[in-house]
Amino acid sequence: MTAIATPRVPPGHYRFPQAARMEWIKLRSLRSTWWTLAITAAAATGIGVAVGLNTRNASGDLTNNALAGIAPGLLLAGVLGVLAMTSEYTFGMIRATLATIPDRRLLLTAKATVFAALTLAIGEATAFIAFFAGGASLRHGISPPTLGQPGVLQAVVLSGAGFALIGLMGLGLGAIVRHTPAAIAILVGGVYVVAQFIAGITPALMAYVPISIVANSMATTQDPMLSPWAGLGLLALYAGVLLAVGGWLLTRRDA
Amino acid sequence: MIEARGLTKRYGPVLAVDALSFDIRPGVVTGFLGPNGSGKSTTMRMMVGLDRPDAGTVRISRRRYGELGWPLREVGALLEAKAFHPGRSARAHLAALAAGSGIPAARVDEVLGLVGLDSVARRRAGTFSLGMAQRLGIAAALLGDPEVLLFDEPVNGLDPEGIRWIRTLMRSFAAEGRIVFVSSHLISEMALTADRLIVIGAGRLLADTTVAELSARSGSLEDAFLELTAGSAEHNAGRPATHQPSYRTERTS
Repeated sequence: MTAIATPRVPPGHYRFPQAARMEWIKLRSLRSTWWTLAITAAAATGIGVAVGLNTRNASGDLTNNALAGIAPGLLLAGVLGVLAMTSEYTFGMIRATLATIPDRRLLLTAKATVFAALTLAIGEATAFIAFFAGGASLRHGISPPTLGQPGVLQAVVLSGAGFALIGLMGLGLGAIVRHTPAAIAILVGGVYVVAQFIAGITPALMAYVPISIVANSMATTQDPMLSPWAGLGLLALYAGVLLAVGGWLLTRRDA
Repeated sequence: MIEARGLTKRYGPVLAVDALSFDIRPGVVTGFLGPNGSGKSTTMRMMVGLDRPDAGTVRISRRRYGELGWPLREVGALLEAKAFHPGRSARAHLAALAAGSGIPAARVDEVLGLVGLDSVARRRAGTFSLGMAQRLGIAAALLGDPEVLLFDEPVNGLDPEGIRWIRTLMRSFAAEGRIVFVSSHLISEMALTADRLIVIGAGRLLADTTVAELSARSGSLEDAFLELTAGSAEHNAGRPATHQPSYRTERTS
């Protein structure tokens, strides 16, 4: 007599593909997602072009100049990551989300995967566009950098990856803190301000600060810091730890 | 069948739900009645796995909500407050939930038509009136054509026509042999909608009966309800600060 046993409900179980499709529709159906990413890309390119126009000679790192707009754009990617999680709580959407996908770890994994894929794609596109636009805007007979030069391709690719990794750090923070203003304050204050400040008084730590890692990765010649790939790994570790803590809290707390 | 056994939830010093046990059977509308703050919403949140009970269990066809294979195709829940992002259209909201549940996209347009939101389906849901928002929540609950429907205060914000519509909807779903569990603090609405009643006060079970039986007890359903919950209010006085029952200001004749 239990009506649940009717054959209308198919056998099996929701899995990652269903959760990811749900999260993809949620992410793409918000105008704010596209506005934020468009502003990020436009600002990064614009700054690269402005720096290019004002470059007087070829003595500096022209690749790093063209990518000068990446660091501010990373902040927006981080904020977008925070909002992807905190807006669920602000508007009560989390109830509909978890009613559909009660497995909270699976949900966060799907959300992070979809978010990372989108921000990586937009981040790489932005980095390459900024690189070529910044190079094309060079005057005074300076020849633009090319991807074939030592360290250049790596700098451009890692800049793009920075968007996804800082974005994932924002997502993890959002899952931990759940309130938009608090999470953004911790992201900006912690990742940008406090970390830079601590590193300022303890220079040995500078190599481990997220923004320094990306800044270092964007240059073709490295300061004696972490190698660009080690830096990328460390950023991924930060994001992974924040997401793991966020996921653990998500399964423990009431929604 | 839904089986709650010893369901208990504590928020700090407040015992919101206190060893609640009851069964909900298919084929009838079961009302969940109690003053505001008596633990109805908390109980329903535990039913769909949003809140974790401190003790006890609630099972739907012998499974916890988290064990369901396709939750939205088995249980449709309208919880008390809005559960959608205001920047998303009604259509996109439902499309996301459908995708997460393996429900064909065509079903989204079907439920939008069913709740009368088809003409505003592409509008941002943040622009919706309270009544339209409530209809979107009902659409989400019906999306998976589930055998179990849980409605927490579904008539909130609906106009008289909407109230009649949801009442008819619930009764027809029950008539099809589904489980319909609906909470309210409005006794008059319960008298019109429900067949069975589970009455709680201060998180405790006060009555598990039929509307007819309870009404017969004190002449009217309202009198019977007030007598029942007056007892729980007294009981309440000796407990840590729970919410004050506010039914006195909201009682209807």
